[in-house]
Amino acid sequence: MSKMSYSVPIGPVHPSLKEPMTFNFEIYGERIEKVNLAPGDNHRGIEFMGRQRNPIQIIYLAERICGICSASHPFAFCQAVENAAGIEVPERAQYIRVIIAELERIHSHILWAGVAAHELGFDSILYLTWRAREEVLDLLEYLTGNRINYGIFMIGGVRRDITKEHIPRIKKTLEYYKDIYAKLEDVFLNDPTIALRTKNVGILTTEDALRLCAVGPTARASGITKDIRQDQPYAAYADLEVKAITPDALTGEVHGDIYDRIIVRLLEVVQSIQIIEQCIENIPSGEIIAEKKLVKLLNQLKKAKGEGIGRHEAPRGECIHYVKLNESELPEVWKARAPTYNNLMTWVPMLIGQQIADIPIVIASIDPCIACMDRVTILNKDNGQKSILAKEDLHKLSVQKTRRITP
Amino acid sequence: MTIEGLLIILLKIIGAVIIAFLGVILGLFYKGIDRKLAAKMQARVGPPIRQPFMDFFKLMIKENIVPENAVPWIFNGVPVMTLVATITILFYLPIGNISPLLSGYGDIVLIIYLLTLPAIGMVVGGFASGSPYANVGAQREMVMMMSYELPLVTTVIAIGWKLSQVYPQLNVFSLAVINAHPIWGLVGPLGFVGALLLLITLAIVTPGELSKIPFDVPEAETELAGGLLVEYSGRNLALFSLADAVKTIVMVSLTVALFFPYNIAHLFDLSGIFAIGIDSLFFLVKLLLIMFVEVTFIRVAAARLKIDQVSYAYWVPLSIIGLLGLSLIVLDTIMI
Repeated sequence: MSKMSYSVPIGPVHPSLKEPMTFNFEIYGERIEKVNLAPGDNHRGIEFMGRQRNPIQIIYLAERICGICSASHPFAFCQAVENAAGIEVPERAQYIRVIIAELERIHSHILWAGVAAHELGFDSILYLTWRAREEVLDLLEYLTGNRINYGIFMIGGVRRDITKEHIPRIKKTLEYYKDIYAKLEDVFLNDPTIALRTKNVGILTTEDALRLCAVGPTARASGITKDIRQDQPYAAYADLEVKAITPDALTGEVHGDIYDRIIVRLLEVVQSIQIIEQCIENIPSGEIIAEKKLVKLLNQLKKAKGEGIGRHEAPRGECIHYVKLNESELPEVWKARAPTYNNLMTWVPMLIGQQIADIPIVIASIDPCIACMDRVTILNKDNGQKSILAKEDLHKLSVQKTRRITP
Repeated sequence: MTIEGLLIILLKIIGAVIIAFLGVILGLFYKGIDRKLAAKMQARVGPPIRQPFMDFFKLMIKENIVPENAVPWIFNGVPVMTLVATITILFYLPIGNISPLLSGYGDIVLIIYLLTLPAIGMVVGGFASGSPYANVGAQREMVMMMSYELPLVTTVIAIGWKLSQVYPQLNVFSLAVINAHPIWGLVGPLGFVGALLLLITLAIVTPGELSKIPFDVPEAETELAGGLLVEYSGRNLALFSLADAVKTIVMVSLTVALFFPYNIAHLFDLSGIFAIGIDSLFFLVKLLLIMFVEVTFIRVAAARLKIDQVSYAYWVPLSIIGLLGLSLIVLDTIMI
């Protein structure tokens, strides 16, 4: 470095990070000159574990990839298996899946709002939002039996029905959030100190968002109307009206800064409430699962052969699961790609040129889920050292493999 | 030296020990109240009021780690210096109608100098700990120090100048004098507005001086993991937390002495020990109310600012408010 810059490591463990991840910063004064991301501290070998289990067991493993996305991963995984084995999901089950997924979105976004406030040093809002989040968790417990890790998804449907007795309780929660939304909007969008810290900070331009394949609220806050619920509707979303939300819906312009990301997430809470209301109104009657007997279902899956992809718009963005079944009890391949994996590199353009004080909120602004994202770590067993393969190396390796299998 | 002289010195020493002891206890007690009040405002249960005492005793029995890169004698010396400098200010502050212990040996200008000592101590300690976080924290503390000094001094000078116009024969910078002549009674309507502006200035300087949100950039938990204090542990950290508690009392007492030096004993026709007692109690109530406004309320109602924003806030808007207050008081005096 030509100037007098110094390096500040943040992570693997740091108060601003909720999960282990390493950042190496080159700092000049208070300004960030260079960022190096070094993920891989939270790799647990979940995909490998999955390949030792049958598809029904994997649902519960997928649920535990991450506590907050505990509906998104099984949702995408079940769709992938259904896609591979050609299982048709009853319509009622699709609606129930959507209701659970949208409730999860409400709780995830409110949780994020609290974390963001804490990163800004505004702990009062952290307590306000997390108290508000309890209501949806209570509802989820009432509907599924668990506050998180709901255990409601099953290949071919869902495990529990939402009956008439449940409806008033759901409506009560939705009313509660309609009431509290005005307060949340007021504290986040009208507070002068929050505006000082978030406006024109951590900007991700539309071009950068496209180039780095950003997904979810991160992309939408940069003005990209990208939402799988809108673009390739799945489950019950095809019957519902879902529009990708961009910040210009509220302010009339797109900046791509953290303030816009707050707006997008707040508006998505409202959108989720509307989706759930539509679901409750239009939910058809019928079965909730394609095959009730699990032994029979397992036998059916054992005979299935093929590949399947499941996609779900998780609260953080598009979550993709890929499954390959090969006429055996265990799936041959299971690949989970969480939204944070795409959003990871958007940190670099957001952070460069910002101050040290912006690091926590910029990192939090994409709502990172390191546990979801860490799928690969490269370790040399002989000397215990980690090594990194860049894009060129991977390309070379894949060319070699193609030559090997196609002589 | 006469026996009498020695006796006075002895009395002063005993007084100093008592005040230091009471100051520390009061500081920790008020810190507990501050945390409890903040918790109530955030709808939490909050820690018990004796929590700061428990934290202090626990820290005292913890291991004291000096990092490899640190300069040990500076690293260990700074907490002591910070605490001593802070406690020394207590000797210059009037409590109720009791005049300061060291009245006549120093005035408010000395207090302003003493107030910068803990900050300088923390900067030196931060640089001496050899951690990048502490380093950044120390740089920020230096910038903070340079920023809030002007508004603080403006407030003090304005009050001193006004007193010197009304009572030219008195030592106007002595806190005993300031304490005896409240500013509100000396000014006309224009000066009243000016004094109000100065009060606002001091109320906003206080959280900065105490490194509380929104001005807690040198410590910034989520950014610098404690900043200046990141490498401190055990006994040293306990001393820093004591110094912080005492400094809160000092800053709040300064507001009381400058703007609210009223006593209530004469209302009840009390005299002697009762008057001292009731005035001291009233002083404690005033401290609590002002601490609630200046420290607790501000820190639950705002997000942490960035260092450039803090610097700007002190240098431009707050300095202007302070200078406006000063000029209103001057205008008020000239027009009369």
